[in-house]
Amino acid sequence: MLKFVAGRLLQGILVLLAIYAVTFFLVAATPGSPFSSERAIRPEILAQIEAFYGYDKPVFERFMTSLGNALSGEFGPSAVYANRSVTDIIAESFPVSLKLGALSLLLAMALGIPAGIIAAVKRNTWLDYVPMSAAMVGICLPTFVMGPMLALVFGIILKLLPVAGWFGPEFWILPAATLGLVYAAYFARLTRGGMLEMLNQDWVRTARAKGVKETTIIWRHCLKGGLMPAVTFLGPALAGIISGSFVVETIFQVPGLGQWFVRGALNRDDFLILGLTVLFATLIVIMNLLVDIVQVALNPRLKYE
Amino acid sequence: MSDISQTATLQGKPQPDPAGPAVAAMLEELEEGSSLWKDAWARLRKNKLALTSLFLFILIVLFCVVGPFLSPYDSQAQDLFVGAEGPSAAHWFGTDTLGRDLLVRVMEGGRISLLVGLVATTVSLMIGVIFGAVAGYMGGRVDAAMMRFVDLLYALPFTIFVILLMVAFGRSLWLMFVAIGCVEWLTMARIVRSGVIGLKKQEFVEAAVSLGYSHTRIILRHLIPNVLGPVIVISTLTVPAVMLLEAFLSFLGLGVQPPFASWGVLINEGQQNMEIFPWLLIFPAFFFALTLFCLNFLGDGLRDALDPKSAKD
Amino acid sequence: MAISKIQSFTRFLLVALLGGLIAACSGGERETDRAAAEGILLFGNGTEPKGLDPHLVTGVPENHIISSLIEGLIAYHPTDDLIPAPGVAESWESNDDYTVWTFKLRDDAVWTNGDPVAAGDFAYSWQRILTPILGSEYAPMLYVIKGAQSFHAGDTEDFSTVGVRAIDEKTLEVTLEGPTPYFPNMLKHYSFFPVNPRAVEEHGGMTDRQSGWSTVENFVGNGPFKLKSWVTNQMIEVERNTDYWDNETTKLNGIRFFPIENPSTEETMYRSGRLHLTSTVPQDKIPSLQESVPDQLRIEPYLGSYFYRVNVTRAPFDNPKVRQALAVSFDKQLLVDKVTKGGQAPATGFVPAGIPGYDVSTKVQYDPELGKKLLAEAGYPNGEGFPTSEILINTSEGHRKIAEAMQAMWKENLNIDVGIYNQEWKVYLDSQSSLDYDLSRSGWIGDYVHPTTFLELFTSGNGNNDTGWANPQYDALISQAQLAKTEDARIKALQDAEEILLTDLPVLPIYWYTRVYMKDTQLRGWEPKVLDNHPYKYVYFETN
Repeated sequence: MLKFVAGRLLQGILVLLAIYAVTFFLVAATPGSPFSSERAIRPEILAQIEAFYGYDKPVFERFMTSLGNALSGEFGPSAVYANRSVTDIIAESFPVSLKLGALSLLLAMALGIPAGIIAAVKRNTWLDYVPMSAAMVGICLPTFVMGPMLALVFGIILKLLPVAGWFGPEFWILPAATLGLVYAAYFARLTRGGMLEMLNQDWVRTARAKGVKETTIIWRHCLKGGLMPAVTFLGPALAGIISGSFVVETIFQVPGLGQWFVRGALNRDDFLILGLTVLFATLIVIMNLLVDIVQVALNPRLKYE
Repeated sequence: MSDISQTATLQGKPQPDPAGPAVAAMLEELEEGSSLWKDAWARLRKNKLALTSLFLFILIVLFCVVGPFLSPYDSQAQDLFVGAEGPSAAHWFGTDTLGRDLLVRVMEGGRISLLVGLVATTVSLMIGVIFGAVAGYMGGRVDAAMMRFVDLLYALPFTIFVILLMVAFGRSLWLMFVAIGCVEWLTMARIVRSGVIGLKKQEFVEAAVSLGYSHTRIILRHLIPNVLGPVIVISTLTVPAVMLLEAFLSFLGLGVQPPFASWGVLINEGQQNMEIFPWLLIFPAFFFALTLFCLNFLGDGLRDALDPKSAKD
Repeated sequence: MAISKIQSFTRFLLVALLGGLIAACSGGERETDRAAAEGILLFGNGTEPKGLDPHLVTGVPENHIISSLIEGLIAYHPTDDLIPAPGVAESWESNDDYTVWTFKLRDDAVWTNGDPVAAGDFAYSWQRILTPILGSEYAPMLYVIKGAQSFHAGDTEDFSTVGVRAIDEKTLEVTLEGPTPYFPNMLKHYSFFPVNPRAVEEHGGMTDRQSGWSTVENFVGNGPFKLKSWVTNQMIEVERNTDYWDNETTKLNGIRFFPIENPSTEETMYRSGRLHLTSTVPQDKIPSLQESVPDQLRIEPYLGSYFYRVNVTRAPFDNPKVRQALAVSFDKQLLVDKVTKGGQAPATGFVPAGIPGYDVSTKVQYDPELGKKLLAEAGYPNGEGFPTSEILINTSEGHRKIAEAMQAMWKENLNIDVGIYNQEWKVYLDSQSSLDYDLSRSGWIGDYVHPTTFLELFTSGNGNNDTGWANPQYDALISQAQLAKTEDARIKALQDAEEILLTDLPVLPIYWYTRVYMKDTQLRGWEPKVLDNHPYKYVYFETN
């Protein structure tokens, strides 16, 4: 197992390096600069600013400098937000995203997994269709519709919850619910699929023929394997939620990472983009590794390759 | 989006055995396949939800494609004096803030959204299937290198990349479709690859190899047709994912540009005014959600039907 | 991991229940009422500030915060933008032709680190903003000072060539390039604000763009408030500065600035009682808010002009007749009534209304018949043969709607087809400055209350001209205005210049801005101002 982990980590580092290069050159090739401004800046002044951030150097040299800095753990300053290093920005917003992500995933699993199990057991009956339809609502309406609707109902009409901000636990509920509904659908679908696969196995038929109770079959024998796809999905889902919650963060004024992904790209804030990319890729690599380990733990028939 | 096959190394499980006979002539046509399709259709017919979805989806497509020809209104014709008015006998869905007929805008918006879904999915399909099949068939180092490339793209934060691509290519509707397609092919490639690896060891492929067929021919004639099932399933699920992505871009203002307006654009406009002009949100959102519902259920139904054992994404 | 998740889940459930209970029990006491009772202003501030260094920022949200923290020589008057109110300077005078100004600084003005605010601090600060390697975007505001431009251009490194001199600890003498009677009003702008030399030197020095002096830990100011906390994307809080010289006037105990970018979110926050002021109002909601809460919706004149730039280097727009035809062939009144809806005034000239002493031009009126005639004279009768061209806009719902309406009106009146080309902000800026467009939507907000701030844009060689238009006669009139000995002569020259601009029309005026926002009914001392500056020390609550 150690060898497996070490190998995967090594691969991960190579992937990170490649991603760094791809991102760097892609941003360099995108039109627009972090310093373009509505008020014209005199060319000689612009040159001064560019020199300050090292943009006056040839692209390849910039790449080497930037890579060197990144390897020493320093992504540099944001080119747009004064006095804030990329590390500061991440340190400030990452915990928020992590909290929001964890809450919404919990909610998503709480809704999605039971729906999926019921749907699989009662396949092609209304107990399959209704829970699946309910779970599906979240991926059929864009979050920018779902979010404001929840805010309108629970914040303005019922006056139960604050409509936006991130000042305490009651503020977490609406954004987590909005995101959770999206992912509930995925969990429901994956669980249903996983359970169906287990229920169709030969040994399940044998057990049934032997007269083992259906509930025992489901709970004792199928659940563990049936949940595998959902478990596998956890890693990518968490990473996706962390970087992809821009809409929810905007609507509910959540100071998370998602806003920075969009802002970084729109501002062409290279240092920030690179920092966020590396963070995201690292998350993916680690999540996948964890998922693999969990999978093996859940299913002893699999072996580390 | 809903990719779960991050761990390709642990997955590669064999596809259902097509029980291929080792005779070259029998390789030529997919007789074996046709009974597979028959079985699938029989299974699909049992799934009422999927059937209803298929039926509704066809209706929506007709509505969007044929509808505008029957409407007396031009989707661009403004009437600033009228402005936003609720549904009436003249304008069934009401009018938007510039006084344009919403019904025809919803229908034309549907064309754009469905087109985005179709074109981007086709692009992702072509890249994904060929990439996956080649990787799976070649195996060894080529496979390893190609799949590391996929890993790499997976680990790129997709938001940043879509935005940068849209900034660079936003000008053209078609380039935009392609840009979206380019970020959506990864799952397809993985699924196809694991399918092909499963098939490669089977007799009929080995027979084809021994008959001296070229790699291209084997991949195109023998391998790809046999992984069509999962490919169709993933495609059905990619269309709604792409449509959602386009809606997200519309929220950022980077979606489809005027004079075109997709459902995403209309919904985003409607969302901002949902309390004062609710019809501006309700109609486009209804059709959008219904389409996504149908495609998702159809996809799930097809997966159940085509590949009853594997239900993974 | 699993255990902590379960814990946090239980906690989440508990909190969800409790949150509901608390909200239900508290009978919905509004945050705004609570804050008003404590004298705290809840301020919707648009977007996360890019920084708080007055010499490096350029945005409105930054200005809103900085103006609570730092005070310049001259302060904003609570009701009238034309009156210079005493700030750090307790008195000031000029020579007869308004070229040399002497400011007497008050004794009791102190920095939050205890230093007295000295004349030398201003000299230091202005040297800082003009130093080329700092790369300040707003430095050209100071070009009114003698020698500032060549120092900023790097022609000399000797700051004594610039007309700023600290005569003693409390006396500052400023020599200008030309007669400028409105100089005190320019000094209200944050580019003229002082910074504390000791703080700047401690955290990286005068010319360091990333100097840490303006972070929440290190900030040193001299305004009515001081920086208390700063949570990115969430809230910046300032609290009363009791050492401020005019602390007696200050009524508020603090201000919380919320960076809310999404107008709909801001509106829901306002409605649920979490803000006293919003930065904007969603366009289409204006009419219904006007009806439902007329006492809270504010629509006030704002010194800004919305217009389309025309690229005069491209055919057919190099023909003035074409530009004139376009300028008169859209119904501005209809546009502001039905599309922008915010009480904007149809722009019949370029310089907006609201500048006392300057008569607004009425030259560009809606006249589709004239438009048709002009277009025919230009060689495109009934729009025939008019090449397809495009309006360049930056990504925004509002700009798109205006462009769609313009498109439809030109089609109807002139029978020409104009497309819309949307570009993301940064790309749009590049296209506009490299003249890679046909028509480009633009806006300009005045920096001070004088027509110069608008008209100098279109002199040839001005970095913000961006139309390719150059007219020697226009340039001559603008420099004549800059050197004019009397205000009458200056206004005359500027009015003549605008006449030329509106004849040649490198810009198509569309409307003059208004500020549209929501304001809590308990808020007092917040008066309409054409520059949208509301000195916070006069603001208070009257709780009902």
